[in-house]
Parts: sequence; structure tokens; C-alpha cells
Amino acid sequence: MTTLSKGRLSTLSAALVIARRDFVAILFSRSFIFFLLGPLFPVIVALMAGGVGQKVQQSAAVPELGIAMQSADVDAMLAAHKALAPRMGGAAPDLVVVERLRPGESFDPARALAADRGNLAAIVSGSPSAPRLTGTARDIGPWQGPVSLLAAHALSREPDTFPSVTLTNTATSTVQERHGQMVTAQLAQTLLFLLTMLLAGMVLSNLVEEKGNKIIEILAAAIPMDAVFLGKLFAMLAVSLVGISVWGLTGGTYVLLAGQLPSVPTPAVGWPLFLLLGVVYFSMGYLLLGSVFLAIGSMASTVREVQTLSMPVTMMQLMVFFLASFAMTQPGSPVELFARVLPFSSPFAMLARAAQDGHVLPHLIALVWQGFCVVVFVRVGARLFRTRVMKSGAATGRATKDKPRRRLFARA
Amino acid sequence: MKIDVGDWRVAGNAGGISAGSSGTRPLAIEARGLVKRFDGFTAVDGVDLTVPEGEIYGILGPNGAGKTTTLRMLLGIIDPDEGLRRVLGHERPHDVAHAIGYLPEERGLYPAMKAFEAIAFVGALRGLPLAEGRKRGRALLEEHGLGYAADRQIRQLSKGMAQQVQLLGTLVHEPRLVIFDEPFSGLDALNQGKLEKMIRSMAERGTTVIFSTHVIAHAERLCDEVAIIAGGKVPFAGPVDVARDRIRPQVRLETRAQDGLWRGALPADARREGNFWLFSLPESGVEPLLRALIEGEAGILSLSIERAGLHDAFVAIAGEAAARALEEGDAEEPKP
Repeated sequence: MTTLSKGRLSTLSAALVIARRDFVAILFSRSFIFFLLGPLFPVIVALMAGGVGQKVQQSAAVPELGIAMQSADVDAMLAAHKALAPRMGGAAPDLVVVERLRPGESFDPARALAADRGNLAAIVSGSPSAPRLTGTARDIGPWQGPVSLLAAHALSREPDTFPSVTLTNTATSTVQERHGQMVTAQLAQTLLFLLTMLLAGMVLSNLVEEKGNKIIEILAAAIPMDAVFLGKLFAMLAVSLVGISVWGLTGGTYVLLAGQLPSVPTPAVGWPLFLLLGVVYFSMGYLLLGSVFLAIGSMASTVREVQTLSMPVTMMQLMVFFLASFAMTQPGSPVELFARVLPFSSPFAMLARAAQDGHVLPHLIALVWQGFCVVVFVRVGARLFRTRVMKSGAATGRATKDKPRRRLFARA
Repeated sequence: MKIDVGDWRVAGNAGGISAGSSGTRPLAIEARGLVKRFDGFTAVDGVDLTVPEGEIYGILGPNGAGKTTTLRMLLGIIDPDEGLRRVLGHERPHDVAHAIGYLPEERGLYPAMKAFEAIAFVGALRGLPLAEGRKRGRALLEEHGLGYAADRQIRQLSKGMAQQVQLLGTLVHEPRLVIFDEPFSGLDALNQGKLEKMIRSMAERGTTVIFSTHVIAHAERLCDEVAIIAGGKVPFAGPVDVARDRIRPQVRLETRAQDGLWRGALPADARREGNFWLFSLPESGVEPLLRALIEGEAGILSLSIERAGLHDAFVAIAGEAAARALEEGDAEEPKP
């Protein structure tokens, strides 16, 4: 009898068989639609939150400065406000007349403030030559200078005309550039985080189907568990790259139609390399986190168990994100070095670095390190799965005289 | 007088505990001292197996005896805690995965896959190119009368049809060694018959077939050799005939004379059942017995020597408790 198959599959070929099956299955499933629409949800939530915030801001009280002086002084202060306010930007408070006092009439600004049902934050009383500001320390502190200026102008101690100042714009400054790159780094990290968040749930539940359908026995008998794990990770990576491409194309089409690029500051390594690094670090970040999530998820037998696992997993992702975000603000610090070396945060930290620092060599080193960690995590995850779920015992991987230790991804 | 001694040629005890008959044939499976423990419980305790290529080999034992664990170790799904295994000459079963087919006891396929794709996928896992697998998948379905279901999703098939699809997936890459774990479980009598036929046909083409079962009849009908497993141990492994020979053949004698000198020729275990005397064939064989009966003027009306069945052998080898457990499992299965 002739055996048609040429020989045993390498781990990578076996992984591709799994990846192809999973990729096609996911691509033609309903969950892919949700995955595609996934990025819309945070956008919708952000827009809704922004709209609500705007409404709240619009209806929020605008603090006003009340004035209670003799009538002539009130007029002089109002005239000064009219003359100076346009030149003071937002520094000049809105003036509201609280009381025009008759000569000799007394006035208690603290009581007037307490009785007010409007937006009064402070009251200036006394006279332009001796103004007295009454209000909370938080409100009167910033208004001390503007009130003094208004009073001086009301006393005609300021010039009536002001020389015009010529403005000359420069394209950027070092401070602005650094700030801009920080913004780019932040945006890139957030995007990376959102993408891995979206994938986490799908990766967690990835082996539940196989376990539920008992297909896992057939897979485990035919190919090494490493290949099953790797194949599933590859499939999800490919699915997410399809998702990114769809969104990238949608965004690109929008930009083309709108005719202008969004004004995101240029990263230190330049846009082409930054985008390439973005894809590579996303892949690495996904493979690193995914291998851990897959191993955790593989211990679950039902969707309910997966849901229980989701919360700690999300917390873990958040901690990694916070670490990388914090490290970004401390370039060159031990915290940043730690974030770059810690496998889970390394892709996030390195992407932020690409936005802030133009050197390429650290990225090559980081990618080699991350690749190594992916291999280790997949192997450890697969071994855990075999020992805990498939109930394979101590002999896995332990070197003995008759059984040499297996190399990472050697032909199993 | 009617004397029927069948094909009984050899008098005396023929069996050792392990009686492999491999001769010079290469071995498909060789296992020595396999041990597997789960959380302190020893599921398999020092199993030795020797399966020559081209044989139909049965692993016979009640549920929970360690059959599936043994097969999973042979397939490399799990590793033994102790012992050595060699499958088609390789110590690591995955090295010869392309030459092995496996049908697990708990059947499973991806429900959204089409039947022919499912067969191709199982083949692809064993190294068969996907395009070839698809072609062969359709051909196999056609050959087994399921051509009309080739493009149906697994979830649209009946349980029996899905089982057949999985079975075909096990064979699509034309393996040298096929391992079935309780293959008859869940099949109706008709399909059990079909599967038996298929197993015989595989063996005729040189494929080694190993299957586990708790139904003695399947093993008795199909197997060249069996391993009897109980409580994680294998008290017997060897040819079915040798297993039967562990029990002395039973003599069934009917005589005209009720009493006489001939009674002295009957062994101590002889008992009367109606008109017949039943007893184990003496170690000296059938000829001295016949001579003594004739010389003692027993007036033999009939004498037959019946070889023990595999069930009796199982009881003798594995014990009453294991046999009862086997019968309880067997009672749940449909009979072909």
C-alpha cells in the first residue's frame, strides 16, 4: 500500500494547517463581523462621552466677578474692562454690577456673595484706588492681577493707546517637537492596547471549541501541541491583520476623500519605519500576550469559565498598558528600561520609543528578544496544556539518559 | 458413535502469560513497562505490548481498565511516566504521525466544516496535501455511499454519518497503522458489521489495525492477537487461540453404560448434566481417554471436545470481577 503523505509535518507546517483552518473558520463567522466593528465601539463611546461632556460644560456656571462701588467708580471700572478685556485674552473676568453705592453707604461683599444665586465667584468693592477683592482663595488668586490692571486703567494711569505687536510664527520648537512625539507615542500605544484588548477575548476562548468537540484528541495525536498553539496564534494574528487592513483602507479612503491628513506629529524614526514597527510590535505584542491568554483559556472547558477568566486578563492588560504609558514619560529611566525588557510591555514601550527616539538598533535587539520570548511562552503554554488538560505526565521534556532534552521548536 | 475433536491437535498446556507470535515480522508497536499515573492513581501499570505489522490486534478490557490511556501513550498524546514505546520503529510517535490513523472514542469534528473538507483536514494534519485530501475525501465518501453528503456541513449530518466521515478521515492518508479506540461504540448493528468488514479489508491490504473494545465478540471475530487488560495491567497478550488455550478444552461425553470401569477414566472435575458428562480434557490428551473409555465398555454415544471461548479465557485470565465489568459494558452495546 502506498502512503500518500510524504512525511511528518514540521512544527511550522503543522501550525499552518491549524492556522489555515482557524483563519477561514473565523473569517466566515459572525464573530468576525463583531471583531471588525469592534474599533467602532470605543469611538462611539468616546463621541458620546465627548458630547455629554460638551453639554455639561456648556451648562456649567461661568464664574463672574461682581462689582460693588460708588456709581462713578463702577462706570470707570466698566470702561476699563471694555478697553482692556480684548487685549487680555481670557484673563479678564466677566464683570457684573452688584451694587451702585451711594456716598457713605456701607456694603458687605461676603454676605452678598452668600446670598447670590447666580454665577458670582468674587466681588470687587472699595474704589479703583483701593480695590478689595472678596471670594474664595481659589477664585480671587488668579483675579488679583487683572483687577489691579482694571483699577489702574480706571484711574487713567494706563496709556489710552497700545502699540501693535507683530507676530512671527516658527514651524516648531524643541519643546513642541518633544511634546508632539509624546502625543504620537501615546496614540500609538493606545491603539496597540485597544487592538490587543479586542483580541484577548477571542484568544481566550480559542481552544474551547476543540475541547468541546473533542477534536483536541485528533489534533494532539497528529501534531505536537506546540503546533496547535502556534497555529491558533497565527490564525488570530492573520485575522487581526485583516481587520487592521480593513480599517486602514477605510481610514485611507476617508483621508483621500477629505483631502487632508490628520495632524499627528511625525515620530522620531519617520512615518514609514514607524508604521512598519507598529505592525511588527503589534504582532509581537499580540503573540506574547496571546500565548499567555491561550494557555490560560485552554484550561477552561466552557464559555462561562472563559468569561470568568476575562476580568483578570483585562486587568493584566491594563497594568501592562499603564506601565508602558508611565515609562514613556520617563525616557532613559530604570522604569523605562524595565518596561522595554519585560516581555509583555516591551512592544508598547518600544513603539513609544520609536516615536521619541530615532535610533533603530534598539528595535532590532528588542524584536529578537521578543521573538525569543514568544517561542518560550508558546512552548511553556503548550506544555502546561499537555500536563494540566491532556493529563500528560512528568516525562514531558525532562531530559533523561534515554531521552535527550528537546530543543525549542525542534522537529517534535 | 460420534466423535468430534474438531481441529484439536495438541494436548497439554499451550500458553505462557505473554505469547506473542510476531516471528520475524517487523513490529508495528512495541511497548515495555508502560506506566501512567494521574494524581497518584495508577491508570496503567507496567503494560507490555508487541504488535506485529499487518495484524488485527485487540485490546480487550472493561471500561476504566486503562485501554484508552494505553492507546494515548502509544499515539504520543500523553507521555508515559515510565517505560518505553516504539511505534513503527520510532520512539516518538509524532515522528511517524503521517503513517498512523487514529479514531478516538469521543468522536469530534468541526461542525461548520463540509464533510469532504473535514476528511481533507484530518489528512492534512497527517501530512497529506490539502488538495489531494479534498480529492480523496470526495472519492471516499462516494465509495462508502455518502457522496451526496460531501458538501454538507458536519452539523447537518446524522450522528452515524458524522462518525463515518471521521472514520474516513482516519484512513484518507492511507496509514500503515490504524488505532481505533472503541470503534464500535455508538454504531448500530448494521454499521458495526460494515466496520468489521472494513477492518478486515484494511488488514488484508497490510495495514496494522489496533482497536480497543469491551465487547469480546468483536475481538473474537476480528483479532489475530489480543491484550487482555484489567486494572491497568495486562495479564495476557498474544494470539487469541493461545488465550483460549489457557482454559483446557471441555469434553462432552454421552455413554450408553451408566456405570462401569470406564468411570475411572474420567477426571476429578467431571460432572453430570442430563445425559452428558462434562469435564476438562486430561493433560494426557484425547487418545488415552478414548482408549480407557472403550476398554472400560462405556458405550460411547457421542464425544466432543470444545475449545474454550475468549469469554471463558477472559474470565480465567482477568478474573470474575473484570469479566462482570466487561459484561455490564457489553450489555449497553447493540449486537450485530
